[in-house]
Amino acid sequence: MSGGVSQSLVSARGLVKQYGDLVAVDLIDFDVEPGEAFGFLGPNGAGKSTTMRMIGCVSPASAGSLHIFGMDAATDGRLIRARLGVVPQLDTLDIELSVMENLVLYGRYFDIPRAECRRRAAELLEFVQLSERADSVVDHLSGGMKRRLSITRSLINRPDLLLLDEPTTGLDPQARHVLWDRLYRLKHDGVTLIITTHYMDEAEQLCDRLVVMDGGRIVATGSPRSLIEQHSTKEVLELRFTPGGDGEFTPDMSGIGDRVEVLPDRTLVYADDGEAALAAVHGRGAEPISSLVRRSSLEDVFLHLTGRTLVD
Amino acid sequence: MTTPGPVRVAFWHATVFRRFWVSNVLASVIQPSLYLLGLGVGVGALVDGTARSSEVLGGSTYVAYMSPGLMVTTAMAVASTESLWPVMGGFIWTRSYFGISATPLGPGDIVGGHALWMAARCAVASAAVAVILVLVPEARAWGLVPAVLVSALTGVAFAMPLMAYSTQRRNDAAFAAMQRFAIIPLFLFGGAFYPISQLPRWTQLVVEVLPLWHGVELARSFTVGHFDVSTGLLHIAVLCLWILSGTVLARRFVRRRLYV
Repeated sequence: MSGGVSQSLVSARGLVKQYGDLVAVDLIDFDVEPGEAFGFLGPNGAGKSTTMRMIGCVSPASAGSLHIFGMDAATDGRLIRARLGVVPQLDTLDIELSVMENLVLYGRYFDIPRAECRRRAAELLEFVQLSERADSVVDHLSGGMKRRLSITRSLINRPDLLLLDEPTTGLDPQARHVLWDRLYRLKHDGVTLIITTHYMDEAEQLCDRLVVMDGGRIVATGSPRSLIEQHSTKEVLELRFTPGGDGEFTPDMSGIGDRVEVLPDRTLVYADDGEAALAAVHGRGAEPISSLVRRSSLEDVFLHLTGRTLVD
Repeated sequence: MTTPGPVRVAFWHATVFRRFWVSNVLASVIQPSLYLLGLGVGVGALVDGTARSSEVLGGSTYVAYMSPGLMVTTAMAVASTESLWPVMGGFIWTRSYFGISATPLGPGDIVGGHALWMAARCAVASAAVAVILVLVPEARAWGLVPAVLVSALTGVAFAMPLMAYSTQRRNDAAFAAMQRFAIIPLFLFGGAFYPISQLPRWTQLVVEVLPLWHGVELARSFTVGHFDVSTGLLHIAVLCLWILSGTVLARRFVRRRLYV
């Protein structure tokens, strides 16, 4: 940051995106440093995807400034896009073409010579374990394979920055873990990642640093660990009382732990010592039908900051 | 050496087409062949013997007269079909255009690529019709060669405004109506199978504004041989005007749809 010249790969200041009366992104600032995995965490409609589209230079900002690789997103879109890899929320694959055809054609959009496209495609398919499907028509692949192909395709131009918009939404747990593993390796190889997600575990697994978004604004920034330390207690006691109780059967627990959050299906007691909190609850004569002590997660951070759970 | 963006996009179209080319090419050969047999033989026998035939058809046989019409209407059919559903598919079904928009390519490349692809696709379809026509002695003419180019140009003159139209639509509900109430009537009344002087004046005016008649007249002037430079240039100018305005609109609409 010397001499006022930012070394950040992405730098946003006062970024706004408005659609008519709807403010999708409301004055946000953030920086993404080379080599890090940066996350946007938030519920649907928080403005994550809109922000991603602005970084991807396919959505002009309504106000504020956005610089990527030191270039202005408003004027140098083509040059920036040439160095980006984009995995959109919805696949944009040519489903009637083969895996290899998809990769070669996409490489050609970047004007990479055909032979080079084929060479890179073979290498990348190896990396995502799709080599034996190179000649399969995309329509016949499973959801997880299509997602992996989307990631493969986004890497064909050897991007300096990879944008992943909800990369694992809709995938089964096994497919998610395969994908996370590949992303983790990419990060290890020095590729900068920007990921949006509404899964806390995904953010905790992949992101070095993240921002929590809600209603178009950034409500917190930091590493997953520091966010938990700042905004939550060490442990959480989860209690369930009579089912469907809407909290009406929840006994008075004021004074137990740091904070108590009553959700429709459970009650959360934030305390540094969960077992002690549970003992205190029992001491009041309350009889939960189940109890669980766990470590705080990003979900708790989000709940604390916004009063809502991430995935409804 | 960089490959121009529109060429890269056109190549994508060609790759997708390669999967279905047999059925597509057959369709654009069989249909004109049927019309050639049905109308050429049937109506031709009826028309060629009459006293007014040389006055109305300018001295040529009916088969020779309708041949360029067959070719150019084939290009129109190909261009209109390929500029309705596939364009919508690129935005809604496969979302391929969104994939392209994330690369260094932009709206101009997408629209230019469509124009190039349509020119190639219509030229191939028109050439296939020309091959059929060469087999028929009355229709055989060197003028079929420039007619193929005119036919392709006419196809693009339909493709670009229709691409602009399809880009604006949110679903394909109106597409069948577009074909039934615009393209097919033009096929019937656009001067392909009889001179538009047979039509009421207001119908003639509508037909003279749209691209088909200009393409057919120009192609016909090559095959039955009364090409006139100033009339020819006028036809070309009208076709180019349709291409240009369609391209400008399509480009604006594509930008609005992809880069929001």
